[in-house]
Amino acid sequence: MNGKDLISIRDLERKDIEGLFSLAEKMEGEIGGEKSPLKNRIIATLFFEPSTRTRLSFQAAAQRLGASVINFESVALTSMAKGETFVDTIKIVDGYADLLVIRHSLEGSARLAANVAKHPVANGGDGGNQHPTQTLIDLYTIRKVKKKLDGLCVHLVGDLKYARTMRSLLYGLGMFGADVTLVSPKGLEMDKGVVDEAKTLFSMKIKQTNELDLKGADVAYVCRIQKERFADPYEAEKLQKEFKITEEQLKGVKEDLVILHPLPKIDEIDPAIDNSKHATYFEQAKLGVPMRMAIIMKLLGRA
Amino acid sequence: MLKVEKIADGTVIDHIPAGKGLRVLQILNIQAGYLGRVALLMNTTSKKMGKKDIVKIADKHIDDKTADKIALIAPEASLNIIKNFEVIEKRQVKLRSKLVAVAACPNPNCITNHERMESEFKVEERGIRCSYCERLFKPEELSA
Repeated sequence: MNGKDLISIRDLERKDIEGLFSLAEKMEGEIGGEKSPLKNRIIATLFFEPSTRTRLSFQAAAQRLGASVINFESVALTSMAKGETFVDTIKIVDGYADLLVIRHSLEGSARLAANVAKHPVANGGDGGNQHPTQTLIDLYTIRKVKKKLDGLCVHLVGDLKYARTMRSLLYGLGMFGADVTLVSPKGLEMDKGVVDEAKTLFSMKIKQTNELDLKGADVAYVCRIQKERFADPYEAEKLQKEFKITEEQLKGVKEDLVILHPLPKIDEIDPAIDNSKHATYFEQAKLGVPMRMAIIMKLLGRA
Repeated sequence: MLKVEKIADGTVIDHIPAGKGLRVLQILNIQAGYLGRVALLMNTTSKKMGKKDIVKIADKHIDDKTADKIALIAPEASLNIIKNFEVIEKRQVKLRSKLVAVAACPNPNCITNHERMESEFKVEERGIRCSYCERLFKPEELSA
């Protein structure tokens, strides 16, 4: 890994990610065990905007390793509400904790925190930019279930324009030699620059379509339409209905198709699919803990 | 043919793409009320470029940060430093691999536009990337 922090998937090389896969596998075996390798260590989870899974799974990961967790209940209860700058807040917490996990709505906030803090920083999502720990969990889940990443046919489905998860995942899949089909409603296609960059960097095969068809896919990674980005909620609702994964959509797909989702899912996947053999998103969320345990151990120089 | 008088000391910025000369003046912070001597030649003929703009400015030397800003809009511009009516140095502007505090990040949601800090960009083959929000921009977007 490039340096002490985990800020962007761009900072990682394939060997770094493979190292984290091995470490996460080891961590899976240690969940619930007696070992507390990070006893007396303190991890600060600074979530300047709401999050359930990322915050809770980082906190669960830290506690599984024996570390203590500090955090604030909400930004409204911090000195930032009195006008303290982001940089000052980071410097203060850097004096309290051994590792900082940060989520913030502004893009580049985690990079700035890493530049300011002496202790390692993990990016828990910075605006529409990066969410590297989610990408690592996604890649780890696919590799665990499918036993490989190279040559897999992965469909990225949904709002590819605004979902940061999809951009980072495309990058990660390219690094591991997967073939990708980008499936989005018209107007919500992935930024051309991001697609061109992935093609150039990894010589990867990328197809793009506006038709929701999962036949031939090994993995379908679904994300929600970000309704809050639409001026007209009805328009967003209409697109979501057209792009909903239903039992009908799963007719004729591969037997071993795996459906993933970064969650929260709202109504982009029919709940009837939750109990099907294809639904793997709850397993994916669960794997967030061992992967984040691996990340914490790595950043604290314990692996 | 237009004749522009020589300057004893100052800088001649040559090989500016036609139409970009006014932007160069903006970068140099030369506006109404500026008291020094300045000449702007627009759409003058050039063997190399067909048409080009030239800015001639007395008693002013261009620092590295300003040269970086000019390079964003006029990557082939050359700076001729004049002393005692002679060109004592001629150098081409060049986009450096890292640009610090040269322009604000065009992404309004970038942290650099919200904290008291300097912007930073890395020059890549396909464009100029903000070191913070990681967005890729065209050079002209940065100078807008």
